[in-house]
Amino acid sequence: MSVNHQIFLAGFGGQGILFAGKYLVYTGMMAGYEVSWMPSYGPEMRGGTCNCSVNISDEPIDSPIILHPTILCAMNLPSLDKFENSTVPGGRVFIDSSLIERKPARDDVQNFLIPATGLAREQNMIKLANMILVGKIIREIGLDDPALIEKTMTKVVPAKKPELFDWNMKALQVGMGL
Amino acid sequence: MSEKVIMKGNEALAEAAIRAGCKCFFGYPITPQTEVAAYMAKRMPKVGGVYLQAESEIAAINMIYGAAASGARCMTSSSSPGISLKAEGISYICGADLPAVIVNMTRGGPGLGGIQPAQSDYYQATRGLGHGDARLLVFAPASIQEMCDLMTTAFDLADKYRMPAMILGDGAIGQMMEPVILPEPATRTIDKPWAATGTELKRAHNIVNSLYLQPDQLEDNVRARFERYVQIEATEPRCEEYLADDADILITAYGISSRIVKSAIKKARAEGIKAGLLRPITLWPFPKAVLKKHAAHAKAFLDVELNMGQMIDDVRMAIEYARPVEFAGRTGGIIITPDEILAKLREMEAK
Amino acid sequence: MSVVFDRPHALADVSTHYCPGCFHGIIHRLVAECIDELGIEGKTIGIAPVGCSVLAYNYFNCDMIQAAHGRAPAVATGVKRANPDKVVFTYQGDGDLAAIGTAETVHAATRGENITVIFVNNAIYGMTGGQMAPTTLPGQITQTTPFGRDVKEAGNPIRVCELLSSLDGPALLQRVTCDTVPHIRDARKAILKGFQNQLEGKGFSLIEVVSTCPTNWGLSPVKAIEWLRQNMLPYYPLGVYKEVK
Repeated sequence: MSVNHQIFLAGFGGQGILFAGKYLVYTGMMAGYEVSWMPSYGPEMRGGTCNCSVNISDEPIDSPIILHPTILCAMNLPSLDKFENSTVPGGRVFIDSSLIERKPARDDVQNFLIPATGLAREQNMIKLANMILVGKIIREIGLDDPALIEKTMTKVVPAKKPELFDWNMKALQVGMGL
Repeated sequence: MSEKVIMKGNEALAEAAIRAGCKCFFGYPITPQTEVAAYMAKRMPKVGGVYLQAESEIAAINMIYGAAASGARCMTSSSSPGISLKAEGISYICGADLPAVIVNMTRGGPGLGGIQPAQSDYYQATRGLGHGDARLLVFAPASIQEMCDLMTTAFDLADKYRMPAMILGDGAIGQMMEPVILPEPATRTIDKPWAATGTELKRAHNIVNSLYLQPDQLEDNVRARFERYVQIEATEPRCEEYLADDADILITAYGISSRIVKSAIKKARAEGIKAGLLRPITLWPFPKAVLKKHAAHAKAFLDVELNMGQMIDDVRMAIEYARPVEFAGRTGGIIITPDEILAKLREMEAK
Repeated sequence: MSVVFDRPHALADVSTHYCPGCFHGIIHRLVAECIDELGIEGKTIGIAPVGCSVLAYNYFNCDMIQAAHGRAPAVATGVKRANPDKVVFTYQGDGDLAAIGTAETVHAATRGENITVIFVNNAIYGMTGGQMAPTTLPGQITQTTPFGRDVKEAGNPIRVCELLSSLDGPALLQRVTCDTVPHIRDARKAILKGFQNQLEGKGFSLIEVVSTCPTNWGLSPVKAIEWLRQNMLPYYPLGVYKEVK
């Protein structure tokens, strides 16, 4: 089956949207796929919303900008409001249900309600809700091989901060276990 | 062979420049290319190079003029409004026959415009930036890998022809991350006997200059430069041909928009529309011969750009107005979608 | 027969285009003498400006680069940063240095850029035929201040050494002139110090030379010197404005 994941991650600045995207783009490359990562940029990022597009495909990536994601990850209500309808029919929508109280509006997509921020708080890893969601996403799309995860994490976490490696791994495991 | 790494376009560009032998970088912050300067600030001191944040774009390009005049491989980087400020210095660099690399990560204009990706500086880049009869080599990469590979080419050709070379990117190419294999560091050095590096009392003094008060001398100088331009137009044009040989409708597009065109072409082909792409990699020299060759079989051309239609002039001239040339584009920082291009292809196919 | 007076080696054996009574010829000679004295001609790169001294690249035997109007300090910065072991000087007029190139001047100074700047202030644009300069005196008649410089309309002159003296970067800011032999000797000493500072890595040195422009002032060479003493020197007092020992 051909792989063509068009992943759109959106939330507030500071929620680790770009880092989550960075993990996904690296893991896609390490799994042997063509990949791209494209952030939102400019003044809109100053304290406001933040998003990024990640393509993972077995074909060369034509456009790095994703307009109709196959996978949407919404970490706040404005992002869900804004991007829910752009998701392709049959796509998957991952919602941080700790922060988004409303129910998903689409029934032609697969909705995943993950209380990521609440889980992160319980596990004393408040800043890692993003990676809990990533854990769930990689499990759903099958990029969850333990060796791949470890190799990817080595690439995305700075070697100077080994404690971050363990925390991020733990968060991924939480997400994968859901 | 270097390892495949994932890098942001602006950072990969900076690293590729260092590997191509760039010894001096002078710049000034502007979105969406500031990461180039930030990367250079971090890396240049470690490789024995020079990084300096100038007080303005004007100062930065004149620092480039000085570094180039004294023999250093050097580069500056900016985005559209900053490039306008550099126009003065670029004209002097042309007039004094100096090699240098200038990067424009284009954003929407005119004026302060916006900060999102655009291709609205095509005229500025290809019609000779700044005053006077002059040209720049203009490279339009469509991926981070190609941008890195073209960096070495840009420096080498700038040295070979003693003229500035521009990497014309856009906000998307600068901001996105893609896997890239970085080029191996360049090892060869280029002899620059004309450079102002000090006479060591062993030769007559070198003068780096663009002033010729006698009109006949100035004309001789400009004509000599244009002889090089003729040679460049004959030997240096580059163009990617994608599904072009059997195409009824040939799309012309460069840089980021060419990637979106490819998506549209795949969809069009699935519907039985025989569309293809001609992607100029060098915008000057423009790959006229390739376009002309394909005009023999194509029924029509469609030019796609992130502006109101600028390269379309070159397309029409290259095919000598032999086929209709239509246009599809978005501007202001909006990136055209594959569906918009597909709709235009369907409309043209129905004609 | 012994030679008592000769052309400095660093000064090219060509006739200049400067007008009779203009100080450029003297200042060129002083710069060349200093280059000779320090034995640095082979490693010196000069930057010529836009203005009357635009053709300075023909008059010095060291390597020369011609710069865009006002940009000489930026060009010099590029040369010096790329070649830190070379000696780099700019030779600029008042319009070049204190109007169109103000930003480049101030920032090269505040960076403490290790270059030597020779600033020729004759209170007028000479090359373009006598228009108001940033250093044109209040009341001074020029082509573009035909009724005399009205500071309410045209603003006030800039005193460059005083302006730059608040910055931490400069190693030497000194104003000299060439109206008398003792003053010429002082000017030579200041220029020499400017080059020595660079060789010692002390940073930015600017020597302002208050000069005449007989042609555009509409005066004979002798009258021009008198006018300089009566009008220029009171407004632009000679002296050392900053010196890092």
